[in-house]
Amino acid sequence: MRLQTASRLALLSVLDLAADPARQRSAGEIAEAYRVSLNHLAKVLRDLNRAGLVESVRGVGGGYRFCGNAKRTTLLDVIQIFENVSGDATVRANPIDASATEAALSLILKEIDDTVQATLQSITIDTAVKLIQKLPPRG
Amino acid sequence: MHSSQSTIRIRTATANDLIAVTGLDGKITGLAKPDYWRDLIRRFGGRKQDRYFLIAEAGTELLGFIMGEIRAWEFGSPPCGWIFAVNVEPDKRLTGVGTVLFEALCGKFRENGVATVRTMLARDDTLIMSFFRSQGMMAGPYIELEAALD
Repeated sequence: MRLQTASRLALLSVLDLAADPARQRSAGEIAEAYRVSLNHLAKVLRDLNRAGLVESVRGVGGGYRFCGNAKRTTLLDVIQIFENVSGDATVRANPIDASATEAALSLILKEIDDTVQATLQSITIDTAVKLIQKLPPRG
Repeated sequence: MHSSQSTIRIRTATANDLIAVTGLDGKITGLAKPDYWRDLIRRFGGRKQDRYFLIAEAGTELLGFIMGEIRAWEFGSPPCGWIFAVNVEPDKRLTGVGTVLFEALCGKFRENGVATVRTMLARDDTLIMSFFRSQGMMAGPYIELEAALD
């Protein structure tokens, strides 16, 4: 699946910050770590702040830190701040008018959407952080 | 380790657990199925080496249970451990009971030379899916397919 850039930046930021909730990271540090646009990331962090997942800390050494509930927040919760992935699997706007071909294709796309939804909804930030910590360091 | 995990005792289920197991399942599913659980406790409660029905308890209080079996060569799969059911008393969730049960069953599988654990669950059962994922489980190489029989 292909996530919008804002969703991808949000997941990277939340997972990065949730890995060590006591640590503060500036938008610049996160942007540099993941080689992403600072401007775009700053907007995403503001949205995450409004959603109550990160908080900004002012002053020397200030930055952002994770302040959500890592065991209760799922990847889908983060993504849905920026886009709808619930899946509009209908090939034709009005399913009543749909041909058999369109209906069949809608069923197939719905199967894909349902699997994506179930996966993102069942992985909490805590679980994703554990997976990150299990993988060998790269780069 | 969660602070309460050290007080949890794991043992094999016996016929004496039927009422508590049926009660816990009924509390969660809304259905009382004593015959079903009697049969499972009889078949999985230690009669065969590769079948497990484990109980988690604190004192005499049932906290939860887990059930599984080692199966081999179905769908071309080498021997692996299957988890068929896991239930935890609702007010004891997020206290580590499920993790202790999961680790105990995986330990039994490992003792029998099995290196993979597997389960299957409803796609919309987010609670249980989140639990298994929190134990490090991810989608495996198989996919379940089904069809309505006309």
